[in-house]
Amino acid sequence: MVQVHMTVNGEPVTADVEPRLLLVHFVRQTLGLTGTHWGCDTSNCGTCVLWLDGVPVKSCTVLTVMADGHAVRTVEDLERGGRLDPVQQGFMEEHGLQCGFCTPGMMLTARWLLDRNPDPTEAEIREAISGQICRCTGYENIVRAIRWAAAHPHAVEVPS
Amino acid sequence: MTVVGERPNPVGFGRMLRKEDVRFVRGKGQYVDDIQLPGMLHGAILRSPHAHARLVSVDTSAAEAHPGVRAVITGKTLEGLKLAWMPSLSHDVVAVLATDKVRFQGQEVAFVVADDHYTARDALELIQVEYEPLPPVIDARRALDPGAPVIRDDIAGKQDNHIFDWEAGDRARTDAVFAGAEVVVSQEMLYPRVHPAPMETCGAVAHLDKVSGKLTIWSTTQAPHAHRTLYALVAGLPEHKIRVVSPDIGGGFGNKVGIYPGYVLAIVGSIVTGRPVKWVEDRSENLMSTSFARDYHMRGEIAATREGKILALRVDVLADHGAFNNTAQPSKFPAGFFHIFTGSYDLQAAHCQVRGVYTNKAPGGVAYACSFRVTEAVYLIERMVDCLAAELHIDPAELRLRNLLRPEQFPYTCATGWEYDSGDYPRALRLAMEIAGYAELRREQAERRQRGELMGIGVSFFTETVGAGPKKHMDILGLGMADGCELRVHPTGKAVVRLSVQTQGQGHETTFAQIISEVTGIPPEDVEVVHGDTDNTPFGLGTYGSRSTPVSGAAAAVAAQRVRDKARIITSAMLECAPEDLEWEKGRWFVRGDPTRGKTIQEAAFAAHGSLELPEGVEGHLDASCVYDPPNLTYPFGAYICVVDVDRGTGKVTVRRFIAVDDCGPRINPMIVEGQVHGGLADGVGMALMEAMAFDEDGNHLGSSFMDYLLPTSMECPSWETGETVTPSPHHPLGCKGVGESATVGSPPAVVNAVLDAIGVRHADMPLTPAQVWRAMNGRPYRTDLAIP
Amino acid sequence: MRVPAAFEYERAESVPHALALLARHGSEARVVAGGHSLLPMMKLRLAQPACLIDINGLTGLSYIREEAGQLRLGAMTRHAELLASALAARHFPLLGDAERVIADPIVRNRGTIGGSLCQADPAEDLSAAFAAAKALAVIEGGGGIRTVPIAEFHRGPYETAVAPDELLTEVRLPIRPGAGSAYEKVERRVGDWAIAAVGAVVWLEGDVVQDVGIGLAAVGAPHFHAAEAEAALRGRAPDAAAIAAAAALAAEHARPTADQRGPVDYKRHLVGELTGRALRRAVARARGREG
Repeated sequence: MVQVHMTVNGEPVTADVEPRLLLVHFVRQTLGLTGTHWGCDTSNCGTCVLWLDGVPVKSCTVLTVMADGHAVRTVEDLERGGRLDPVQQGFMEEHGLQCGFCTPGMMLTARWLLDRNPDPTEAEIREAISGQICRCTGYENIVRAIRWAAAHPHAVEVPS
Repeated sequence: MTVVGERPNPVGFGRMLRKEDVRFVRGKGQYVDDIQLPGMLHGAILRSPHAHARLVSVDTSAAEAHPGVRAVITGKTLEGLKLAWMPSLSHDVVAVLATDKVRFQGQEVAFVVADDHYTARDALELIQVEYEPLPPVIDARRALDPGAPVIRDDIAGKQDNHIFDWEAGDRARTDAVFAGAEVVVSQEMLYPRVHPAPMETCGAVAHLDKVSGKLTIWSTTQAPHAHRTLYALVAGLPEHKIRVVSPDIGGGFGNKVGIYPGYVLAIVGSIVTGRPVKWVEDRSENLMSTSFARDYHMRGEIAATREGKILALRVDVLADHGAFNNTAQPSKFPAGFFHIFTGSYDLQAAHCQVRGVYTNKAPGGVAYACSFRVTEAVYLIERMVDCLAAELHIDPAELRLRNLLRPEQFPYTCATGWEYDSGDYPRALRLAMEIAGYAELRREQAERRQRGELMGIGVSFFTETVGAGPKKHMDILGLGMADGCELRVHPTGKAVVRLSVQTQGQGHETTFAQIISEVTGIPPEDVEVVHGDTDNTPFGLGTYGSRSTPVSGAAAAVAAQRVRDKARIITSAMLECAPEDLEWEKGRWFVRGDPTRGKTIQEAAFAAHGSLELPEGVEGHLDASCVYDPPNLTYPFGAYICVVDVDRGTGKVTVRRFIAVDDCGPRINPMIVEGQVHGGLADGVGMALMEAMAFDEDGNHLGSSFMDYLLPTSMECPSWETGETVTPSPHHPLGCKGVGESATVGSPPAVVNAVLDAIGVRHADMPLTPAQVWRAMNGRPYRTDLAIP
Repeated sequence: MRVPAAFEYERAESVPHALALLARHGSEARVVAGGHSLLPMMKLRLAQPACLIDINGLTGLSYIREEAGQLRLGAMTRHAELLASALAARHFPLLGDAERVIADPIVRNRGTIGGSLCQADPAEDLSAAFAAAKALAVIEGGGGIRTVPIAEFHRGPYETAVAPDELLTEVRLPIRPGAGSAYEKVERRVGDWAIAAVGAVVWLEGDVVQDVGIGLAAVGAPHFHAAEAEAALRGRAPDAAAIAAAAALAAEHARPTADQRGPVDYKRHLVGELTGRALRRAVARARGREG
């Protein structure tokens, strides 16, 4: 077992893990953050995308020990202070999700894209999400959702 | 459910954001693998590397001795429990764990239960299995050869690999029309074996509470009630002691209709260990062992006049059902609804024969959004029409317009007996052509051809048949295809509706709230939708075959109408008038001629729970239920046009545009309906261009991971262009027809027709990968069900 | 989900530390960088190293710079960094062409160029691009630093010149005047491995091809290299006939095998087609015209 220290969604985390424990399992099982999903064994589907040091990665292909000393951000951290990220709002507004399984990864990639490119073209959006499979939406509404978020950059409080 | 601003929801039908999304966008969906129970153990399945082999021995001693392993279950263990075999959905049996032979690569051989998932996986490596390899049957076209190895020697007296012969239509009449026809075109085609491949794989958590005797199964199921009954039949457990919970499902598309050995093994694991057991398959297990779709080898013949009047169709099908006949379809229909292959045209006669065979491949069939083989039927007819168009040098859109059923012909009984409920086909096709700018596209195509560029325009028109039953004709394992619904309005006017169907992403929590809202006037945000839990919902057959809206949606509408009718009586008691004197406006009964005198449904609900004296025979409270047995199926339809560019030097296809006009009757939530169409169109691009599961001669699965089984990404999909016409179903209470599978059914032939139009080739089988397109251009397309030679 | 078998884990703090760890653990150890080649193999249990030596801490190996007339790429450079590099694009646009079609954007955020090269998958794109650019691999070991021409780096499928106690630290691409380059790939779908791919670099002197490099991926070319086609083009004017002749030679000498990406005849055809396209674009770029 190896002891790891990292921040997850801004909170410090310390745990003893087997070196082979995949980051997706650490996040889901050890920390109970089940918003990060998995859908394949070969780094193809992208449902396990989370941020490592501010960059989206496929967490099924990262060992937990590799995240030692680094910062992890998951879908659970998109909403802050009762305000949904505009990307989350966009996915609702434009029906960018159906079964919801690929959605966390898609939204994290979208947020990363918009942070670097606040007004992306359709082609840039399609390229950005091309490593993530959605089986439900045919991608059209995911593209629209991200454009919605680009057009509404400021989070709005969600009426409860 | 408003997210931004103060935009109100519609009361009833209309665009409305989805209620379920508030949890999904926060990562708070709860899928099967998210379930953690105290003391839960983890299972993993050892699978056969061989396609066909005798099982000589299974030595589990090392695995059992491995630290953290709690149980190792083999076929022998299950034989002792009489659980080694379970009934299939098609009057066959399926091995839960192999006892005598393995019959496909990936078949279940042993099950390990351990403290954690990693340990369970490690222990699989420690199980020693001795196999005696047998020659496999891989090519379905050789399955009935004399001397072919007999796969199902477990069936007493079985001497070959034949499963069934089935036919529909009038053979003699069809032959007679063909004999007199001016033009006959025939074409062989394969609809390859493909996979629904939802992003969430299949899995289950089983927990047998030894004290109460209650078995709870959380599983990825599209049909929780049917599963409960089947578990009762398989395991001999009393049905009231079984609870099936289907939590959030990460996509189904038909993959999650059946019961897989893994679910049964999780149950056995819980029985053996006394603790909850989770089993979730990995992606290779999903692709290699769970329900595939299609695998139809078809030979079509179309008869017509020289002017392009289509007269008759004749079809011969060889259906590869894999090692066990486990297709999920109504009992009386071994080829599903394939005999709707007459499609959208007015034919004099039609006949098909279908022969099912065993091969050493995974069992299953009719999964992947196919409406019980309508996908294959539409592909067949829409390819045949294009072949005829090419033969007669008639534009394929024009040929369709000449032959489409006319609106005045509905209800229309086709040559194989289906009664189409309603439609206006030419209007839909003309709209699609208008959106596409069809004539301009053809002009552009001609210009590009002059420059040596390959551009193709593909047209397809489909008629779906969805919403099975009626139950007198349609059942699964004796369970009639009807669905229940219970609606209860609370004293304060809020409501809960309980459904037998199960969403896998279609948005039932929103759509069904809108159905209740449309009929009762209760705002959709005030309607809680409960589904996916057999202890808390009425019986019904579940969600597949696009049947939720046509069947369960009708049940909800009828229950809502009953609530509304009861509210009328209550209102009449409140206002001391006769029920007949009341008129309905959405959400309120009022006295005819005096609109100020009335009561809202919320006021009626409170009164129904209060001291109000009700007429004799009328009980208090405001609730109703319904079991809906549909009088007929519904027949959604649509016209699709695909535009592609093909790189002459590489064979690479780019889908430039896709125009989809769908008619599914009134749209409850247009946003959700459009989303359903989008997803199906992507399926069509996938199947037409990249998805297929081939096998090499040893039976090795050549598409066993997402590196090899390719799903379309955002880059292969164009920006979909959609349109709609609205032709209500005359027999559905709301006129709705269902739409879940329309685009998956209708789009593959549009893409294939476009590619073949571009390269000027009569036919080549899907998937039209760069290699296949290039080979087709060179007159040598290959078979896509076998390893590429 | 598939999971790796157990292994020991070591984190290298420096190149010498990595070399010491490699020396200690011997051939049972594997170096892991981005992990996007190795970890999937380990999950499928096609690879079961006893020890993983993690070099992600060697951030000093992550750089793209011009030095001594060479474009130098640190082995830990992530694919996304190479794709984004204006410096790399200026000297070798084929690197951008190739990176744009390697896996997908998320994988490129994590995967490293050294990892890709050392995996030595016969369909790996950068190997073909570097072969075309006549790159040099810098390998460090206990005995010091050695530089290996890329043609000698790849020994065969999944086999490289890097010994078990050595580490690939850098790739060097000699910068020469008159260069133009391009990479052409056909895949079944975005993110898939190549059916066939061709990288081409030409160095023009006036109207003559002073030198040329042609790299092939996924078609069984020894060392990812189309030597015959290069020889035919060298010293000639890159006109249509010369390019066609080179393309035909590349196709003729390729040794593709059939798989679900395509049959042999198609792959061979693609080699010719893509060699022609890559050369035409490379020449156009050398002449200052984007091809």
